[in-house]
Amino acid sequence: MSTHVIEARGLTKRYGAATAVDGIDFAVGAGEIFGLLGPNGAGKTTTILMLLGLTDASGGSVRVLDMDPQRDPLAVKRVLGYLPDAVGFYDHLSARDNLAYTARLLGLDASERQRRIDAALARMRLSEVAERRVATYSRGMRQRLGLAEIIVKQARVAILDEPTSGLDPQSTEEFLELIRSLKRDGVTVLLSSHLLEHMQRICDRVALFRAGRIALMGSVAHLARQVLGGGVAVEVQAAGPDLQRHLAAVPGVRAVTALAPDRYRLLADGDVRAEAARVVVAAGGALTQLSVEQPSLDAVYNRFFNAAAAAKEPAHGQA
Amino acid sequence: MAKREGSPWTGVGVVALKEISDHLASARMRVLEWLIVLTAAAALYGAFRDIRSATAQDPFVFLRLFTLAQPPMPSFAAMLGFLIPLVAIGLGFDAVNGEYNRRTMSRILSQPIYRDALLLGKFLAGLATLAICLLCLWLLVMGAGLMLLGVPPGPQELARSLLFLFIALMYAGVWLAVSMLFSVLFRSAATSALVALGLWLFMTLLWPLLAGALAQAIAPPDLASQLLGQPSLATLQWTQGLQRLSPNQLFSEAMVAVLSPDTRALGPVFLDQLEGAVMGAPLALGQSVQIVWPQAVGLIAGAIVLYAAAYVAFQRQEVRA
Repeated sequence: MSTHVIEARGLTKRYGAATAVDGIDFAVGAGEIFGLLGPNGAGKTTTILMLLGLTDASGGSVRVLDMDPQRDPLAVKRVLGYLPDAVGFYDHLSARDNLAYTARLLGLDASERQRRIDAALARMRLSEVAERRVATYSRGMRQRLGLAEIIVKQARVAILDEPTSGLDPQSTEEFLELIRSLKRDGVTVLLSSHLLEHMQRICDRVALFRAGRIALMGSVAHLARQVLGGGVAVEVQAAGPDLQRHLAAVPGVRAVTALAPDRYRLLADGDVRAEAARVVVAAGGALTQLSVEQPSLDAVYNRFFNAAAAAKEPAHGQA
Repeated sequence: MAKREGSPWTGVGVVALKEISDHLASARMRVLEWLIVLTAAAALYGAFRDIRSATAQDPFVFLRLFTLAQPPMPSFAAMLGFLIPLVAIGLGFDAVNGEYNRRTMSRILSQPIYRDALLLGKFLAGLATLAICLLCLWLLVMGAGLMLLGVPPGPQELARSLLFLFIALMYAGVWLAVSMLFSVLFRSAATSALVALGLWLFMTLLWPLLAGALAQAIAPPDLASQLLGQPSLATLQWTQGLQRLSPNQLFSEAMVAVLSPDTRALGPVFLDQLEGAVMGAPLALGQSVQIVWPQAVGLIAGAIVLYAAAYVAFQRQEVRA
């Protein structure tokens, strides 16, 4: 009996000669929000489909709540809720009828169905539009309806594929909050997305996918230390002559890069904002802004993929 | 691959009920129903006029309703043979690819059911919808017959017309399976509809002509038949054999044997077969059933084979769009 809710070992998926997922290992603990990150085509959705038992793995093993989705898919799918990328509903049916259909597929009896659907619609704030045809729903409402389906199912694990892409900022905010409320209910959430900012705010841990492999895995802070290196990045916006040289002379600064004519980025051992301000002013520059960059997933991601691309170039040159 | 657990039947009933309710409420179905009802009314109108003027002594006057044709209208049964495929294709052409296009496929398959349940549920729902349609049509014809002819149908007539109904349903099943197969093979609903309709036109209009030409090529007429100006027996048999590849041919042969009780054989008849036969005397129902048995079995087998092909293709398909 493992303590992990989802556990993948050496999971591999090949389509003919192409390898979509190449021997990945990861484990998701109970009540965790775990993010799968990576560019399109990196193998995120394929991984999810293997977790659901909707695609056969070519190699390796998956366990979901200690069950094998390849061998016992019905039992797995009973406890696992899935919100696909760009989820679709039967447009000619109302939201309630759509939920009723999936609830019937779960084998719930009429009164239980009614109770769960009412509760889920209320929680997703869809009660008032529940009788409207889904054709009239906005994208945000459809996503919430998808989440309502997972709630009706009382899933212990929710798998959400690109849940926030294409949502307006307000809907996104709402939706992230709803995902957090799932976590509070003790649901384990597996998210896939390429929207880093959203992932950073909600995920406990993330796995970075690249070309079918997990390149990095851990909490955002952990990844930042690993990829960006230790130290603090300070951004200085100031106009003045020869500021780059002056800033480089500030004690503790390891490197200065000019991002734009009047913007510089300092990589330092500590917070050097006060010292940098003094130097700029002393050099006769006009200081307009000074900020410490929080280690962001964005930075980690860009740095990681740029570094990987750069490392690849010479290899191509030799070949 | 290890054996999977859980029943493949889980959810078949739920899927089927939902699909039936979709079919019955859809605008598409309403249009097709009206098409059938109106053409059937036209065919029946001709038949009624004919029956009332001519055959007062006919013991199978109700069956004449199905088979009498007054040019230019074909008979009611022939009309069904032409229109049933259209309805079946209309019900099935977007069964599977429609789920992909609506992006509901992965959501439904992430519920605790196997793919088997989805496909079988859809097939059974289509069949049930067709059965409801055909039964309604049958009741309408019978009702109109009762009112306009003023005689009740005999037990033979009832049994034969119900048998005809069953064969019509099997025939519809073949075309439903064809259109569902295309809905699995083609991701675009328009493509699958066009291919299915193309096949339907080919089978109804072109194949009977082509079968004759092919038979001539395979078994050219011998000298004797050339002198007599008639096709040889081998050519005739090839023609019929090839024609029977088309479900339309099977259906129309079965229709003739079931609805015209005096039909004794569905191919070339030899003189020695007529020895002792009372010409024009109707066959018993059991005898007619024996005549159509191969046709009926052929239709059922065709539906099963085509469904199996759709099933295999669907199982091998990747879920992601």
